[in-house]
Amino acid sequence: MALLGVNWLSRVTGRGAGTVAGGRVGLRVCPDLLEQLSRRREIICVSGTNGKTTTTALIAAGWGAKVATNATGANMPAGHVAALATTRATRVVLEVDEAWLPEVIRRCSPRVVVLLNLSRDQLDRASEVRVLADKWRGALSRTTALIVANVNDPLVVFAAETAPRVRWCDVPTTWLGDAQSCPHCTRPLSPEGSTWHCLCGFTRPASATTRLDGEGLVVDGAPVDLTLSLLGDFNRANAAMAITALGEVGVAAHEAAARMATVTSVAGRFSLRTYRGQVVRTLLAKNPAGFSALLDVIPSSPGEVWIAINARIADGRDPSWLYDVPFERLRGHRVRCFGDRKLDLATRLDYAGVEWRLDDDEVEVIDETLYLLANYTAFADIVEESTPC
Amino acid sequence: MLRIALLYPELLGTYGDGGNALVLAERARRRGLDVRSITISMADPLVAADIYLLGGGEDGPQRQACDLLAAGSLASRVADGAAILAVCAGLQILGVRFAVAGDDAYDGLGLVEATTVRGSRRSVGEIAVDVGGRTMVGFENHGGRTKLARGVAPLGSVQRGEGNDGVSDGFRAPRLWGTYAHGPVLALNPWLADEILAEALGEELEPLASVADVLYEERLASVMARRAG
Repeated sequence: MALLGVNWLSRVTGRGAGTVAGGRVGLRVCPDLLEQLSRRREIICVSGTNGKTTTTALIAAGWGAKVATNATGANMPAGHVAALATTRATRVVLEVDEAWLPEVIRRCSPRVVVLLNLSRDQLDRASEVRVLADKWRGALSRTTALIVANVNDPLVVFAAETAPRVRWCDVPTTWLGDAQSCPHCTRPLSPEGSTWHCLCGFTRPASATTRLDGEGLVVDGAPVDLTLSLLGDFNRANAAMAITALGEVGVAAHEAAARMATVTSVAGRFSLRTYRGQVVRTLLAKNPAGFSALLDVIPSSPGEVWIAINARIADGRDPSWLYDVPFERLRGHRVRCFGDRKLDLATRLDYAGVEWRLDDDEVEVIDETLYLLANYTAFADIVEESTPC
Repeated sequence: MLRIALLYPELLGTYGDGGNALVLAERARRRGLDVRSITISMADPLVAADIYLLGGGEDGPQRQACDLLAAGSLASRVADGAAILAVCAGLQILGVRFAVAGDDAYDGLGLVEATTVRGSRRSVGEIAVDVGGRTMVGFENHGGRTKLARGVAPLGSVQRGEGNDGVSDGFRAPRLWGTYAHGPVLALNPWLADEILAEALGEELEPLASVADVLYEERLASVMARRAG
């Protein structure tokens, strides 16, 4: 029925329902289109501030079957309709914008919801992060879905702790700038080794069934060989949670892990490209937590790093967050500043004691691969202006 | 020794607010001053400092910070001669009363006769304020409307954006600066950072050229061009 309806919609609107614009028209004509398209499908939703796109791609790759998934960035209902309208695939993984998660859970009735992390991002147009955590909590307490949740992020724990079914994942989580005070009572969260608790009783659940640390990945007590092509501890954490989610739909952990190892780049992220004659590895980071995780993968030896910052609508129009990024870690490197807001970046680096240059100073090509970190629209511009190696 | 204290960044640091402390400390150090940067967290005593910095925060953390500042006698530190830059939620805390979730009101520290109520909509966007003939640029994101009592001076008049009420922004008293320009407003306005340093130190400062001056000129041109457009 739903597919017939979409075909009809495509004809009457003159656009494919498989595009985001078509999805938007479809939802206007048929407000419960997403509910209809979700019926009799096995859906995994992925949300969180950072890692959504990569984790969604890892789940799609790890499932080992034909999987429907939404295009990069199209992570609101119109994008979900577009992903579902043009395929009969019954297995579905959807990246979901944080603010839309409660509604998408209600409309799609997913089997699994993956909650990666929650921290500040684009505060000029998004909710403050605690308001968001509270909305998640309300939605999750009523769902039958399995929640796969990061136990090291107190805001995620707050959101998921009243859900009927949760699998906690103990994975590396570096930036917790928004989780130092208790989401229940705002008193300080006291860290104790790898755990934390509050005087009000809010505490880190002890029952993690997935654990990823320097020793490797263990799921339900069994070690899983996790060797990714993607770099960074944050991507290993994403993969650990993806593997846990796939366990709920019957995919064996070692098989999922082996398939995930073949993923080398996601929508241009982590790929090698030539930009302005220079070979660069392109990395996307949009907020303090994302940047902090990427700064960890940059080698400590001196060298050049390229960073591009914009502040267009899709980036959030206020780059104040640059002062929440620990750029001091780049002391000893030289940073070349790109993007609409390169002067904001240069000023931040200047106060951090990091050597910097602007992109309009003479660029000499260096005979090694440099890391190029960029935020959302800056990243899109660079992908457009560069070529794959 | 110039002591610069960032107050409760875990409660009042919604958006890069720690940048103001960094900017003040660096600009003082580059002039050869001996600077001590202090971060005061929730569990710490409110130690003596020459300049305190208060940033933005959500409702619950804002109340928590207000309680801690009252218990730690921030008011007596000011009476002893300390300076304060208070941004957004911090500005509201220094007032007599501020609005919190719902229609509730919460008692502030009363250092400034200012009262904040909840506005009908959030003010989000670039802000420009005439501060004694110079334009301060920044970004605001808040739902408060702040009313100053008669005789309380604003920081300046709003040229673009909303500030307190669409007419004026923040407040200004000896050694006190309040503004809705959130986050690292001193990174965008190096001259304002120097004004605060000079008043806290009680001495004129040598000029200090840096890329921050270029950033300021660029943001000023951008904000004013859009205002004219």
